[in-house]
Amino acid sequence: MKPAPFDYTAPSTVDEAVSALSDAGDDAKVLAGGQSLIPMLALRLARPTRLVDINRIAGLDGIREASGMLEVGALVRQRALERWAGPRSPLFSEVLRHVAHPPIRNRGTVVGSVVHADPASELPALLLCLEGVVVARGPGGERMIAADRFYRAPLTTSLGADEVATAVRFTLPPAGAGWGFAEVSRRHGDFALIGAVAMLTRAGGGPVTRARLAFFGVGGTPVRGLPAEQALEGREPTPARLAEAARAAAAVLSPDDDIHATAAYRQRVAATLAERTLGAALARCGGRT
Amino acid sequence: MSVSIRVTVNGQEHDRSVEPRTTLADFLREDLGLTGTHVGCEHGVCGACTVWLDTEPVRACLMLAVQVDGRRITTIEGIASGEALHPVQEAFWAKHGLQCGYCTPGIIMSACAFLRERPAPSREEIREMLAGHLCRCTGYHFIVEAIEAAALALRSSHPRSP
Repeated sequence: MKPAPFDYTAPSTVDEAVSALSDAGDDAKVLAGGQSLIPMLALRLARPTRLVDINRIAGLDGIREASGMLEVGALVRQRALERWAGPRSPLFSEVLRHVAHPPIRNRGTVVGSVVHADPASELPALLLCLEGVVVARGPGGERMIAADRFYRAPLTTSLGADEVATAVRFTLPPAGAGWGFAEVSRRHGDFALIGAVAMLTRAGGGPVTRARLAFFGVGGTPVRGLPAEQALEGREPTPARLAEAARAAAAVLSPDDDIHATAAYRQRVAATLAERTLGAALARCGGRT
Repeated sequence: MSVSIRVTVNGQEHDRSVEPRTTLADFLREDLGLTGTHVGCEHGVCGACTVWLDTEPVRACLMLAVQVDGRRITTIEGIASGEALHPVQEAFWAKHGLQCGYCTPGIIMSACAFLRERPAPSREEIREMLAGHLCRCTGYHFIVEAIEAAALALRSSHPRSP
């Protein structure tokens, strides 16, 4: 047995889960899919005194599409969203195919990955690109936290220690939007060294009406490529302008050196991936997202 | 603190009392004596401990035994029919798909589930699936061939209606 001892509770409602978290102070952790938490327990990088297992709570496993939003409940496995996306959304299919491996995706949840906030994972960047929100329930009731105010540092979010993330909501791209996704990793399924996800809409064959770009693996949190978005919106998307926008977005990143790659390499590859994903998004405008 | 659980493993029901920090992998090996489920890295990277939860492959080192209370688990010991090996096991034997055999149970459990979803996979798809499993003998070529042979065998034993 590798994890340190902890107290275990498996409540049957969200309110009971919130109480169990509040009672334990800052020392409790929510267990959903467990595909990031259990390795941290095994390595004793995390030593919570209490685990609150939410897997027995009914009603958290829904995938709902309503008024331009896609709501994904806290117990929706990554594999379940991948299967949902198969006939519906090439963007979600492509992103989810890059999250670890099928046996991990069978247990790992979409909300868990968003909330775990590993800066090299794909789903937080997708949430940022699609301007999503995290739905959180705490002792004071429910609140919505916008993706761009959610991520603070590696593995650190604005979710309170006594709050349960019950769902995430992605804003679905408007009809006719194009998308792009690319990442560089050592092997398929590994955490990305660098990645990017982009979305573009155009007025007919004319100027870009909306551009969104998000990077992962380039800092302590996923990062929006705002300089690229501003450089493209309202303008004709010529190849030269896409390349310039990609360079501008990469220039303001401040990635770190680590054992896998230098900061300079990451910055250079970020520019390349931004250009490729924006180019792919442009080519797909008018198709399905 | 101990928790009582009831779990069905390879069709047989077991009632046990476990500490919450016991992983499913340790529970299978140490409490039930089912040592066919191998434990490599114990943090989800190597894939050696892959078993089925209901019918889907999962990492047994990344679940707690308390979480499978009331659930159905299948391990490598549960896929043969008596003395007759499962077609995927048979293909690994015929194609030399194993060397030391440490990674084999996990790969076979993943491969069975993979072939249910993709009965005629390409080599690239097989390799993408295998990215979730580490073979320290590096015998991947024969593993890919074994999975291709298993796919063919499964397709000929369950031909799809025209």
